[in-house]
Amino acid sequence: MSAFLKLLFRNRLAAIGAVVLGLILALVLVAPLLPLPDPDATATSERFARPFSEGHILGTDHLGRDLAARLVHGTRVSLAIGLFAALAAAVLGSAIGIAAGYFGGRTDNVIMRAIDMLMAFPYILLALAIVAALGPGLRNALIAVAAVNIPFFARNIRGITVGLAGREFVDAARLAGMGHTRIILSEILPNVLPVIVIGISTTVGWMILETAGLSFLGLGSQPPQADLGSMLGEARAALITAPHTSVVPGLMIFLIVMSINLLGDGVRDALDPRLKSGALARPRATTRVDRRGPVPEEPAKGLLDLQRLETQFHVGKRVYKAVNDVSLHVKPGECLGLIGESGSGKSVTALSVMGLVASPPGAITGGAVRHDGEDLLSLPYDALRRRRGEKVAYIFQDPLATLHPLYRIGEQMAEAIRVHHRISDREARARALELLRAVRIPNPESRLGNYPHEMSGGMRQRIGIAMALANDPEVLIADEPTTALDVTVQAQILALLDELRRERGLAILFITHDFGVVAQLCDRVAVMYAGRIVEQGPTEEILARPAHPYTARLIACVPELGEGKRELAAIPGLPPVVDSLPPGCAFAPRCDKAQEDCRKGAIDLAGTGTHDVRCLHPEVTP
Amino acid sequence: MSTALKAESLSKTFSVSGGLFSRARPGVRAVRPLSFSVETGETLGIVGESGCGKSTLARMLVGLLPASEGSIEIAGKALDTADPAAFGRLIQYVFQDPVSSLNPRKTIRQIMEAPLRLLHGMDRAARAARIAEIFGSVNLRDEFLDRYPHEFSGGQAQRIGIARALAAAPEILILDEPVSALDVSVQAQVLNLLARLKREFGLTYLFISHDLAVVEAVSDRVMVLYFGAVVEIGPAREIFTSPKHPYTRLLAASAPVVGRPLAAPEQKDSELPDPLDPPPGCAFAGRCPRASDLCRREDPALEPMGETRLAACHHPLED
Repeated sequence: MSAFLKLLFRNRLAAIGAVVLGLILALVLVAPLLPLPDPDATATSERFARPFSEGHILGTDHLGRDLAARLVHGTRVSLAIGLFAALAAAVLGSAIGIAAGYFGGRTDNVIMRAIDMLMAFPYILLALAIVAALGPGLRNALIAVAAVNIPFFARNIRGITVGLAGREFVDAARLAGMGHTRIILSEILPNVLPVIVIGISTTVGWMILETAGLSFLGLGSQPPQADLGSMLGEARAALITAPHTSVVPGLMIFLIVMSINLLGDGVRDALDPRLKSGALARPRATTRVDRRGPVPEEPAKGLLDLQRLETQFHVGKRVYKAVNDVSLHVKPGECLGLIGESGSGKSVTALSVMGLVASPPGAITGGAVRHDGEDLLSLPYDALRRRRGEKVAYIFQDPLATLHPLYRIGEQMAEAIRVHHRISDREARARALELLRAVRIPNPESRLGNYPHEMSGGMRQRIGIAMALANDPEVLIADEPTTALDVTVQAQILALLDELRRERGLAILFITHDFGVVAQLCDRVAVMYAGRIVEQGPTEEILARPAHPYTARLIACVPELGEGKRELAAIPGLPPVVDSLPPGCAFAPRCDKAQEDCRKGAIDLAGTGTHDVRCLHPEVTP
Repeated sequence: MSTALKAESLSKTFSVSGGLFSRARPGVRAVRPLSFSVETGETLGIVGESGCGKSTLARMLVGLLPASEGSIEIAGKALDTADPAAFGRLIQYVFQDPVSSLNPRKTIRQIMEAPLRLLHGMDRAARAARIAEIFGSVNLRDEFLDRYPHEFSGGQAQRIGIARALAAAPEILILDEPVSALDVSVQAQVLNLLARLKREFGLTYLFISHDLAVVEAVSDRVMVLYFGAVVEIGPAREIFTSPKHPYTRLLAASAPVVGRPLAAPEQKDSELPDPLDPPPGCAFAGRCPRASDLCRREDPALEPMGETRLAACHHPLED
């Protein structure tokens, strides 16, 4: 709660709104205690007194009633009606929305069509019709305003509930013996409550305006009772001769609605979980490079050469050292496997190469990435952008998330080519066809006209690969490209990547968590743990004689087909969080060979140059 | 040995959504009639690729989805209601994604208490004692009880999911891809825990996974599904080393194995048949190197092959 308030008041406009609204609320709450005259007492002799006249600080209206008293009491009525209407609309609308979203099917269909019909009327017409049917009066105005706002809540909440009702925790609750009512109240409602609060906070202002509108037309509060709308309505006749009678309630409506809307927007932003993680801050086009030390000047060993790369995430006061002193290289026609568990920093390493790490909060804080000898991190944005896709291309895990759902495959491929080459439509199409054949897609002509959702996962990943190949890159960075695929499809995609690198001399950096995949595809492998390379060398040698205890134990964990039913090896404990790494070896707390010296200073990656290990007590000496 | 669970020609057809005023049209057959049984204390592995109907089958077995046809018998009693609470005391479900199966706005204690209170009507003291007992057996500390799900890692959250399923004191656990969201080093921890719990509580498992090596490591028998039907059932030791059905062989050949050279195991079109318009005959015929005219005309029935095996194939593979 205090975190919420802090977030809310960081937004200065929301804070202003809260203060203004707070003052107004305080004023109307203490109204009975204030030394104000009776708001309904008429004195025609004193009609249209100007503001600041004796006894009437804001003047009087056409019947000589004290404007200050009427304003305070009118605001009280308007606020109460607006808040009550918002609450009523929220309760009823949310109940309807939850029922429709949770039960789905025919219930949903019938309810939502009824709501659609309600929405088809212009709202003021609907409100007028309701008041006309029920008769004028504040209570009926309240009912009308609440009724016209029910669809807003119903539709909003239904959308959220549909998503929640399919979630696994709802299934789990049913299996725990809960009935529908209990599931709705204890599982669904707590999860939609923030959305309801956001809905109320952004519509209260609107509802106060609508109530005032009805009163202005004489359908809300009835004389002599004051509310802001009826005060405006009564002042209409004297707009020119006594403007203060309309300006006073008008200003109050403006202040109330403005402050509520500012506060409501603040509440919405503060409750939005995306804002808490800083994701709403728009990332820059390229990762911020803020190297604390000198740029390494070692000669490049391969086509792509990462030298002592360091990438960090700065979230508040915490510093996550996601990539720490990582050196890797890959030659043309070679496939380097980068293996590690989730959170080991393997994907951040890959994204750092072309400056694709979201910034903020990410920043490259040291090292160099050399492509053909040139440091990519020192390049200006335009030069880096020209190389993205043209020289170094990426394939990601989920092609459904990386392909645009609303464009045909052919259009997306043509766009990828045109970013780097000026060619005609016909040439782009021919090139796209050629690429689809290169990744062995059957019937490529008809596939060009497909949308991504019309294809299977394996086909989509082939499209992803084809787009990565569109500009004949020299380096391909594949980030878990087969993790989401079935085994039979995975085997086909791996065979395809293997052929492509042999045919075209592609250098592949292949990121995975699967030793089986690494063994089949990669010439060399680097093992990552907690942001550091702990071992690297030729694949066969590492699989046969792993030197780092982590590598050895990780390989032992992988079940292999053909060994029958058995107890599996496990590594006790969890990997460390990279914002509080222990001194010395990060694996020491889980390692059965760890000794005192493992927990002290930094440990270097040492070995023969082809097979290196970062360990003081390796399993074997490389 | 007694039969813990028996499914008799169980099938599920999803209607293709009609509008408010249109009649439901003939639907998609997600699971074609299939029969199998599981012995008490056995682990039956269920493998198949995405879209083969394994999750639909699992949801029918716990009553989350009503079956279109067929019957489910648990411990000799027919369960023809679709009331998850009636199923809940006998059979429980462990979900694939450990974090999304826990309500983000409830503490672990509230999550654990629901099945104890609603399925077994325990009072507060009995609940606390039972939770402490279960938490002890899945290696979780009591102090976790007052935390919220987002504070846990995947492996811990999956252990909480297993603890919740055990709280209902079921005889059968359905494990739907319980380790595929976890890292390998943690995956083994959870699998070994499951093996120990099975011995301790005398449980029966249905273990669903797409990872053949994991299934082989934990299962006694394995059932292979393709396009909503069983293509082969047999002992885990034999089924992948000497498959009878060409699809089982394709699966086994596709699993990445250290030391095996990389080769695409099939060159034919690898698309699944259209579920709205299934082909006559064997669903695998389009991808099968051994397919004949007979296969494209008649759907093969599941028939015994040898003493322990069943396969649905007109031209089974020889040993």
